[in-house]
Amino acid sequence: MKMEKLKKLTTGSNKSTTKLIATIAVIVILYAVMTILDATGSLTSLMKGLLVPVCAYSLVAVGLNLCVGYLGELSLGHAGFMCVGAFISAFFSKAFRGTIPDVPRFIIALVIGTFFAGLFGFLIAIPVLRLRGDYLAIVTLAFGEIIKNVINVLYVGIDGKGVHFSLKDMMALGMEPDGTVIVNGAQGITGTPRQSTFTIAVLLLIVAVIVTHNFVNSRTGRAVKAIRDNQIAAETVGLPITKYKLIAFTLSAAIAGVGGVLYAHNISSLTATTNTFGYNMSIMILVYVVLGGIGNFSGSIIAATLLILLPEMLRGLANYRMLIYSIVLIALMLFNWAPSILKWREEHGLKAIIKKKKEVQ
Amino acid sequence: MSLLEVTNLGISFGGLRAVDEFNISIEEGELYGLIGPNGAGKTTVFNMLTGIYKPTDGKIFLDGTDITGKKTAEINKAGVARTFQNIRLFGDQSVLDNVKIGLHNSFKYGTATGIFRLPKFFNTEKKMDEKALEILSVFGLDKFADVLASNLPYGKQRQLEIARALATNPKLLLLDEPAAGMNPNETKDLMNTIALIRKEFGVTILLIEHDMKLVSGICEKLTVLNFGRVLSQGQTSTVLNDPEVIKAYLGE
Repeated sequence: MKMEKLKKLTTGSNKSTTKLIATIAVIVILYAVMTILDATGSLTSLMKGLLVPVCAYSLVAVGLNLCVGYLGELSLGHAGFMCVGAFISAFFSKAFRGTIPDVPRFIIALVIGTFFAGLFGFLIAIPVLRLRGDYLAIVTLAFGEIIKNVINVLYVGIDGKGVHFSLKDMMALGMEPDGTVIVNGAQGITGTPRQSTFTIAVLLLIVAVIVTHNFVNSRTGRAVKAIRDNQIAAETVGLPITKYKLIAFTLSAAIAGVGGVLYAHNISSLTATTNTFGYNMSIMILVYVVLGGIGNFSGSIIAATLLILLPEMLRGLANYRMLIYSIVLIALMLFNWAPSILKWREEHGLKAIIKKKKEVQ
Repeated sequence: MSLLEVTNLGISFGGLRAVDEFNISIEEGELYGLIGPNGAGKTTVFNMLTGIYKPTDGKIFLDGTDITGKKTAEINKAGVARTFQNIRLFGDQSVLDNVKIGLHNSFKYGTATGIFRLPKFFNTEKKMDEKALEILSVFGLDKFADVLASNLPYGKQRQLEIARALATNPKLLLLDEPAAGMNPNETKDLMNTIALIRKEFGVTILLIEHDMKLVSGICEKLTVLNFGRVLSQGQTSTVLNDPEVIKAYLGE
């Protein structure tokens, strides 16, 4: 009797595993399609250039989805955490170019970028997450703007004597003639080694999806969801609210940092503009999350991919492309969550197909 | 020493004195009732006992330790669990997960263990599943383990809330109007359930209730609140025959 129940329960947890497999399948299919298109030469160079950014922004969207969908807090500054990850890892890669071999340097850059994005998330969340309400949205919005503007006036250089900082101009660094300027104000970091390949990006995306899935379905994840569902009830069953909110938000920011590292190692000139790391980008990432479905990681990835590639695919329409883009946005919004479409997906979607196959077996 | 000892508890919201000079002493194993007209301050007392409100005056002792003004989560760890008048379940999670959240502090593994799915994750999760099912089966809820909590019928949601509270392994269980919104049959079932959990879990219970049948049927002692003050206190039969109580609460 008891065994039967336990068995039934394992099928319950299989539901979430099926979801994970479906998500990974979606990523692998997208990867295969793009690789085939690339091999047959049907990708424009612009499209090719977008492959890694698509993965980078998908990562940030997955991170933000963890924050919005599972922690239940709105962040409007995830582009800011991406920015932190991007600049810190690019700084490291450029500073140690030639001293550390390529592969270990990229791995260390990845770890450092992720760590600092998480650290910034942690520091911001300490005061904010103690409050109830929309304070997190306000503070992260400000953080995203501040970090972007600080980087735009930041000059950092290295010479024989060590590291020099300035918030004024390049001359104020007062460097020896043999020194190199690494962060050059509004021109950002140029000459970062381009190490992010599409394959690395896809692998990191899959790792991030597995990590978030495991997190959400663990003891900590249950506590985070409990706090989202009902904070007072969560307190009365003995959950330390602030601790779990901090853990979830730090993880969310760290994943955004991974996206930043990928992004930074894909372009030769990294600058902090409104369109790359500013408020606009934070809102775009939120759009990916909302369109793809709050709490649905594969949805975030699909939405990010479609919405980043779409303007490029519509380039042939010249002036009309932004018009079509907005119509597609509205259509997606209407159709993605229409009850009849949801029902159709339940019956004919990927999950239903997997389920049917299992039944046949 | 009694399990719960409350002395001169009081709270003011601005100029409003919601509860004043509230005293109660509950022995281990007792089933104690807290009654009174609407707005008398019963739920406010519960909120102070569980740390949701910080009392302005008075002391609360649980098993001899002072828990006055502590955080809600700490008070739960000290041994006080509660349910709510308006049910507060984790609606988007399964019935089983609701109870497993209650088990959060008794079965532990770290965040990293969960992310990397180390062997400890599987062992602990299995133990949690077994324990949660054991608690659910006391309420006959084990067959709903996979159902989303918000999809349960009302009466079952109330039972699940009690199950979740019991999962935290409390010494004292506070039930806020457990029979609210129930029909006579469901109320009868609830009385049996309360008797059963006293036996199975050996827990002391303090409950707020309006249903006089339930109160007179199961409570051993009563405290009557009116306008934030204790009107009468003692054995159930004595209190219910107190002319003051009849006048204030049951009607003349």
